[in-house]
Amino acid sequence: MTPLPRWADLGLIPLLNLGLAFFASGLVVAAIGEDPFKAASVMIRGAFVHDGGLGYTLYYTTNFIFTGLAVSVAYKAMLFNIGGEGQAYMGGLGAVLVCLALDNLLPGVLLIPLAIAGAALFGALWALIPGWLQAFRGSHIVITTIMFNFIAAGAIVSLLGGPLQREGQSSPQTRNIGEAGQLPFIHDIQRSLGFDATATPLNLAFPLALLACVGVWALIQRTRWGYALRALGHSEPAAIYAGIPAKRMVVTAMLVSGALAGCMAVNEILGAQHKMVLHFTAGYGFAGIAVALMGRTHPAGVVLAALLFGALQQGGAELDFEFRAITREMVLLIQGLIVLFSGALALMFVPWLGRILGPRR
Amino acid sequence: MRGITKRFGAVTANDAVDLTVRRGSIHGVIGENGAGKSTLMSALYGLHPPDEGRIEIDGEPVEIADPADAIRLGVGMVHQNFTLIRNFTVLENVALGAEGGPILRRGLEETRRRLTRLSRDCGLTVDADAVVEDLPVGVQQRVEIVKALRRGARVLILDEPTGALTPEEAAGLFGNLRGLAAEGVSILLVTHKLNEVMEVADRVSVMRGGRMAAHFDTTDTSAEELAAAMVGREVALTRTPAPPVRGPAALTAEGLTWRDDNGAMRLDGVSLTLYGGEVLGIAGVAGNGQSELLDVLSGIAPVQEGRIAVGGRIVDRDRPADPAEMRGIGLAHVPEDRLRRGLVPPFEARENAVLGRHCGPGAGEGPLLSPSAMARRCARLMGEFSVVPPNPVLHSAGFSGGNQQKLILAREIEAAPDILLIGQPTRGVDIGAIEFINDRIEELKSKGCAILLVSVELEEIFALSDRIAVMNEGRIAGVFDRAATDAATVGRAMAGVTPERAA
Repeated sequence: MTPLPRWADLGLIPLLNLGLAFFASGLVVAAIGEDPFKAASVMIRGAFVHDGGLGYTLYYTTNFIFTGLAVSVAYKAMLFNIGGEGQAYMGGLGAVLVCLALDNLLPGVLLIPLAIAGAALFGALWALIPGWLQAFRGSHIVITTIMFNFIAAGAIVSLLGGPLQREGQSSPQTRNIGEAGQLPFIHDIQRSLGFDATATPLNLAFPLALLACVGVWALIQRTRWGYALRALGHSEPAAIYAGIPAKRMVVTAMLVSGALAGCMAVNEILGAQHKMVLHFTAGYGFAGIAVALMGRTHPAGVVLAALLFGALQQGGAELDFEFRAITREMVLLIQGLIVLFSGALALMFVPWLGRILGPRR
Repeated sequence: MRGITKRFGAVTANDAVDLTVRRGSIHGVIGENGAGKSTLMSALYGLHPPDEGRIEIDGEPVEIADPADAIRLGVGMVHQNFTLIRNFTVLENVALGAEGGPILRRGLEETRRRLTRLSRDCGLTVDADAVVEDLPVGVQQRVEIVKALRRGARVLILDEPTGALTPEEAAGLFGNLRGLAAEGVSILLVTHKLNEVMEVADRVSVMRGGRMAAHFDTTDTSAEELAAAMVGREVALTRTPAPPVRGPAALTAEGLTWRDDNGAMRLDGVSLTLYGGEVLGIAGVAGNGQSELLDVLSGIAPVQEGRIAVGGRIVDRDRPADPAEMRGIGLAHVPEDRLRRGLVPPFEARENAVLGRHCGPGAGEGPLLSPSAMARRCARLMGEFSVVPPNPVLHSAGFSGGNQQKLILAREIEAAPDILLIGQPTRGVDIGAIEFINDRIEELKSKGCAILLVSVELEEIFALSDRIAVMNEGRIAGVFDRAATDAATVGRAMAGVTPERAA
């Protein structure tokens, strides 16, 4: 098969796949008796135009960026980290433990970096065990990371219902963290600069996520570790020939991946909710797989894919309001179709486009 | 089989090949790796139907489009890697594909009767109720043969059947094969081991470069003649190496023995010494342990038995050295398989130009990689080794085989190694590049580097080597002084014919 030109591979193919997913979604909307064009306009306005819509969209985007980056880094070494959900959950534990212990002792400038480090560390450690098992015991990473999601879920339930539970409360959640541990909201910053702004959960974790994208790009493309990771992912025999320690690379790749997934908790706990509640990860860890694949595991692609998923999440809530026949689950359907067309059927158009664009060679 | 032609893209793997096998005979098909033996057998078994040519069985032209056709026509195949289900019993494995309807019991009983008959008639005795994974390799292979016969095979193809067997097991296999031939089964034995063919086959066909080179009756030929036919043309001695200035020993290997994952012995007590300023050529028919020797010496495969003394340290089972450490000692390695090992195919040339040395200063200063420094370095290497096109950001797949090889050679020679291991330096390389590559190897030798050259091309061995070691079945079959030997002597050693006892 002749390779497609770069612009077609990176631009045209994802757009075509996305278009097909939306077309199929439109058919479903039409089938249940609503106007698909009206639905699309409601979603777009809900996600970007309505007051506060953009803030919510970017807040969701932040979660998708972290979990998408996590999957991407592991994928560079041909590791399929399905455990973003559990790693993010454990990351939350790390962040909240730091805050609960120190929020009366330290000022924000010290506490917040420590809490972020706690989130990354706990996420990384939760990925370390499956990574180690893969490298040294041959246990398949897909299986172990899935199982670790369940272990994390069970552990957090027992902690939130037990030692971490807020005193005098029956719901499984921690006490609120002190103000020192809270990341500022973007609307507060805007207001302090004299602008008028609607309150949304968007907080400083969003720029942090963008920074993480740049960091991941530099780590993969500009460091010797990233070089070794890419060599291993493309060709294990060549990596071994080159003296790259394959097992150590597997473990370290999983550490970085888990740390990124853990940072999702920064947005949710330090940024938005200011406490740890049950199921705060809400499936973002799993959606990160779709985000990474759609973004071709490149940080810039991950940002775009995360924005799309964030907009769907927010726009979908509007759909629920506007139409009687359409519920929030429509968003899940659209997400599913996107995953189907840009994941499972991603290469469907390639032979066809190859024929159209090919004869130039 | 008449006029069989099979092309894979631009490569013609079989070019108008004819092969006739008499009923009830054992017919050897020999040739080096890549000579087209496997392709020809795949054509007969329907795995890769030929592009041209026809196949006749018992004089009837037949169409074999897939293995189901082949089985129906009585063609069975025993693959090099067994296709048994390891946790099934022998009986269950043999009955596979001949279950005789949805209720298993009848098919199993019928199979059990057949097993008893095969055991009686052909001496193929297997324990029907043993679980396959508990059986030794030789018995597993017997199960494979029985399975093919259960499906009604009258023509049996065996692909490298002794690769994983002990000598005793191989002898047992040959006994079984003679028994089957006496019962009228025609057997095709695909191998590159000449001694086996001489021992068991009635007729031999030699393949070379996708063509049928010659046919012999084993009674009228010798292992030497077969080796000559396999290796091909008279060795043209077009080039002689510059006289060596032998320096001190740079690497000494003692008693290297290495088994693969199946337990087959690939290296059997190999000892050799590399001296600075000298090229030691390793000659041999492909698949006699040369690749494993390169792997062990370069650190890719761990030393299991024996030891390597290199750069002031000892490498053995308890003191392993990985490829990175071996590089640190001053050992460079141009691997046999460029695209699998020597390069990361999706990488740009500048990235491949630092493969294995990506932690060194060539890739940038400090902890970060410097793409511009890598590009400058790559452009310089490309200039020195006339790599075309001289484009450091071109993906490696965009270069011809010769230019890929020149880039790898440039990378390894750039490091000014004390020892260079080099495997098949000119395989798939155009003629212009061959001369260039050979000149660079000579140049490195004149600077005092110790060079180990592995090649299946005798011409290349004779053109560059000062001493020639011949490998046969994992052993060093002889070491010859280039000036005092000739191609015939080396060819005899390659065929496993013991050289004069003088050595």
